Amino acid sequence: MLHTIEITVNGEPFAAKEGDTVHTLQKGFPSCEVVILNGYALAPGDAAFDLPLTPGDSVFFIRRGEMPKKEQLRAMMAARHTPGVQAAVEKGRVAVAGLGGLGSNIALSLARLGIGELLLCDYDVVEPSNLNRQQYYVRHLGLPKTLAMKELIEQVNPFVRVKTANVRLTADNAASILGGYPIVAEALDSAQGKAMLIETLLSQTDAVVVSGSGMAGFGGCNRIRTRRLMSRLYVCGDGETEATPGRGLMAPRVSVCAGHQADAILSLLVQGAVIE
Amino acid sequence: MKLILNGEEKEYAPPLTVEQLVALEGFRPDRIALERNGEIVPKVQYAQTSLCDGDKIEIVSFVGGG
Repeated sequence: MLHTIEITVNGEPFAAKEGDTVHTLQKGFPSCEVVILNGYALAPGDAAFDLPLTPGDSVFFIRRGEMPKKEQLRAMMAARHTPGVQAAVEKGRVAVAGLGGLGSNIALSLARLGIGELLLCDYDVVEPSNLNRQQYYVRHLGLPKTLAMKELIEQVNPFVRVKTANVRLTADNAASILGGYPIVAEALDSAQGKAMLIETLLSQTDAVVVSGSGMAGFGGCNRIRTRRLMSRLYVCGDGETEATPGRGLMAPRVSVCAGHQADAILSLLVQGAVIE
Repeated sequence: MKLILNGEEKEYAPPLTVEQLVALEGFRPDRIALERNGEIVPKVQYAQTSLCDGDKIEIVSFVGGG
């Protein structure tokens, strides 16, 4: 008697027969030339087409250029990540304080990961001078950054729960606005704002804060790093290159620093700590 | 008395408050976060927080840009 092998096909449970391969299943999906096995896109002629399927395998057969159904899309987006990572990320709730160069990059990066929930916090509107490094488009000019970023996230990953707070964070309101989030990305602009927010969060909440400090100018991207400087404070950046007249903020170093922050948050979500 | 400031042991003359230490070390108070023995000290408490021999102080200084 043949055993069945429980797998998923296009995100739905499927009972394969013993000895079934990707190739044999593909016959049921004519003209679906894109094949993704366990998060990996198979190339034509790949040996994995003809290996027997094993329990828990996930296979997608996709017609090139076709828009998948919503639940299929969700499963396919997650398929790029290993299952343990995905489960941890989907449970993640992160507040992004400031949606400028750092915050807009961090928020989109976390959305691409499939984070469970994001709180987007900023009081400002999108201006032309933002477009040199922030993830907005010309069509967003004049819109509150919270709404512009919410719209971008919906285009990137419609499954993220997005909340917004269109407010200027102060020492009096920061704990009540951000306090419900176990992780806060500090992405404010001024040194004073960063110091105020971190002092407030570390003294009044239990949040772990991932901050950015020192990413202006150009060159020396290798000096941008992630350091744990207090028990609940990670600081990304080179720690010294301040934005000043004649040394502005530009996309490359700002996005490197934001990438450090998003990666530190991913590490916190998946393994509870950041390996420096 | 000895303090461990950002991981480095240093000698200071008592009595010393957090406010005096910050000024002595040349930090701008509005741009830093300060931890004493693992606990954040809010800025409003700098002037009345006296330091003791052996205290571990972490001062993180921020620069602008985001």
